[in-house]
Amino acid sequence: MIREELKRRLKQLWHYLRQVTGDDAFERYIAHRKLVHAGEPLPTRQQYFKARQDEKWSKVSRCC
Amino acid sequence: MTASIMPKTILAKLVWAGIAILGASAIGGIAIHRGESINAIWFVFAAACTYLVAYRFYSAWICAKVLVLDETRATPAERFNNGRDFIPTNKWVVFGHHFAAIAGPGPLIGPTLALQFGYLPGTIWILVGAVLGGCVQDMVIMFCSTRRDGRSLGQIARDELGPVGGWAAMVGTMLIMLILIAVLGLVIVNAMKHSPWATATVLGTIPVAMLIGIYMRGIRPGRVLEGSLIGIALLLVCVVGGGWVDQSDALRGLFDWSGESVAWFVMIYGFAAATLPVWLLLAPRDYLSTFLKLGVVFLLAISILVLAPDMKMPALTQFIDGSGPIFKGTLFPFVFITIACGAISGFHSLVSSGTTPKLLPNERDIRMIGYGSMALESFVGIMAVIAACVLDPGVFFAINSPAGVVGKEAAAAVATISAWGFPVSVDQMEMLAREMGEKTLFARTGGAPSLAVGMATIFSSTFGNTLLSMWYHFAIMFEVLFILTTLDAGTRVGRFMLQDILKHVWKPLGNVSSYPMTVASSLIFVAAWGYFLWQGVKDPLGGVNILWPLFGISNQLLAGIALSVATGILIKMGKARYAWVTGLPLTWLAIVCTSAAMEKVFSPNPAIGFLAGAASMAEKLAAGALPPDRAAVAPQLIIGQQIDAALALFFAVVLWVVIVDMLRMSLRIRSGKAVLPLSESKYIKTRLDPDLVAASH
Repeated sequence: MIREELKRRLKQLWHYLRQVTGDDAFERYIAHRKLVHAGEPLPTRQQYFKARQDEKWSKVSRCC
Repeated sequence: MTASIMPKTILAKLVWAGIAILGASAIGGIAIHRGESINAIWFVFAAACTYLVAYRFYSAWICAKVLVLDETRATPAERFNNGRDFIPTNKWVVFGHHFAAIAGPGPLIGPTLALQFGYLPGTIWILVGAVLGGCVQDMVIMFCSTRRDGRSLGQIARDELGPVGGWAAMVGTMLIMLILIAVLGLVIVNAMKHSPWATATVLGTIPVAMLIGIYMRGIRPGRVLEGSLIGIALLLVCVVGGGWVDQSDALRGLFDWSGESVAWFVMIYGFAAATLPVWLLLAPRDYLSTFLKLGVVFLLAISILVLAPDMKMPALTQFIDGSGPIFKGTLFPFVFITIACGAISGFHSLVSSGTTPKLLPNERDIRMIGYGSMALESFVGIMAVIAACVLDPGVFFAINSPAGVVGKEAAAAVATISAWGFPVSVDQMEMLAREMGEKTLFARTGGAPSLAVGMATIFSSTFGNTLLSMWYHFAIMFEVLFILTTLDAGTRVGRFMLQDILKHVWKPLGNVSSYPMTVASSLIFVAAWGYFLWQGVKDPLGGVNILWPLFGISNQLLAGIALSVATGILIKMGKARYAWVTGLPLTWLAIVCTSAAMEKVFSPNPAIGFLAGAASMAEKLAAGALPPDRAAVAPQLIIGQQIDAALALFFAVVLWVVIVDMLRMSLRIRSGKAVLPLSESKYIKTRLDPDLVAASH
């Protein structure tokens, strides 16, 4: 029982960590595209990652 | 509105009363304490209770009565969900992103510099400024942007106040970026000059960042977590490797750079990072520095709680009269200018608008993310105060006083500082430098080295009194790393802003994808901040005296613009009777900013007033009273101070133009005349289940 709970918590923490760092951003994007624009061509992980980075660093994203 | 403003059960009332009493006693204790040193735990209590009470009551009241957050209203993230930048995201994830974006090196450096007044003024301003000013600004701007499709501060200013406000926000943002980068560059220079260990370590981080960039781009695309973990491990290797370089007689000399050389390095680096593709250097460095930043902040908090160090700095020093060694100027207004980040930072309004609102799952989360993140940043400022107060005041002043103030020779410097009533000896400083793996720690003005000595002392005592020099260089690497992140990200964005302004002059200049334009505008931007950096490196009083107040004024100017926009919007929303919520911090900033700018321009004291400084130097030069090395750079410094004066004056004028613009609009509303309509987007009911967003993954 406690082990189950611990396992669930650890899994939650792992998901949080992946999400907050952007590690799972591509999977989320693909899931979104499949849901909303089913059947359209999808970018590769590499293309998606590059586009997101270029976008992020063309505006103020770090303060002093 | 979900959260009720007052606690309901008797138990809850008692708990909150207890927190309030504990906080009030801690603040009272800190404020009236004199003589023997006071324990740092009181600062932790005072801060934590202040934030808790302010968050629980003041922010809840603002959200319920002033902003009237509506949790049934769809956010831009929901309405424009494109799975990329507009995307409803778990609120804790947004909190993490927002905090990582707003908390830079500022809250570590400003509070450390302001310690020359003693710990009390800085601590009070960090707490009060944050809960009544900074947190409110961040939250209200986030609200305004969320209600306007996630638009940026500049666009909101244009839509709500008109073209004057829009231009002020645009030009103000670019200038603050310029000064910010110059002063941060100066902090790096003072931390790295004649320190082979620090220089070798920092140089080592560049190939590490590139390696991780290639890894995340080509080898394992988008695997941020594993890439960053490998990178962090390599960074630690760099710290150790720097130590080896320092031990080796052959390599030592190669990395023993003068201040001028480090300044050139910083400029070349900034240019390279702004023109190279972001995936190669900028983005991977940001991942590393963000991980390191959060890790160190967490480690520092734990260590302070475990170690409970005593604060050796007095509550107030004699330097409140304006004669301080680190920067000149009286307690008012300069403590409020020196500590911007940590109390109220205009820069935050750029992240609170435009970026974070595009991720918010629900309006009600604005409170936690806007107000809460800033409270946490303010706490980082308090930790910086504690870390620097762990040092003997004599040591603190020996590290931070420029040679031009206390003398070049160690014996002269310790004599001057001891005569101020802060005893310190040459032996003590030599011993400390040896422990930290440095040749000397004298005249390392800028806050980073003294903070690093403080952090190294805390960390090494917490983890068993070892490896002081490793901890010191780890702390220096950590500070330099995320200063460089701000520096290259700032140069890149500054280049875009410059092109955005230049395109009004000649259209092709605004083409951001043209390579020649990229190189040209980057060169112009780097040259602009490089000029101020160079001036700071050459300045006999250490440069911080000139650049940090200028940075503080520009940052508060941006806060003033943001608060003016917010106040104008509140009045337009028919909330004029609550306009003081943003109007009060705005009034205070207007007073502080104007008095500081006037003093920096017109003060007859050459160490404070830029014009008097230029005149006095010109006089000495004409009389031949300057030694040859100083005389050679004097003409540049004279022009430099005149430019600084013009800039400070310009900041004050821009602030007042925006305030008057906002007041003019408010008066028109009062007399029933037409103004620009509220640009809030239409109400659309949310179809998102907030609990689903929280659980989704």
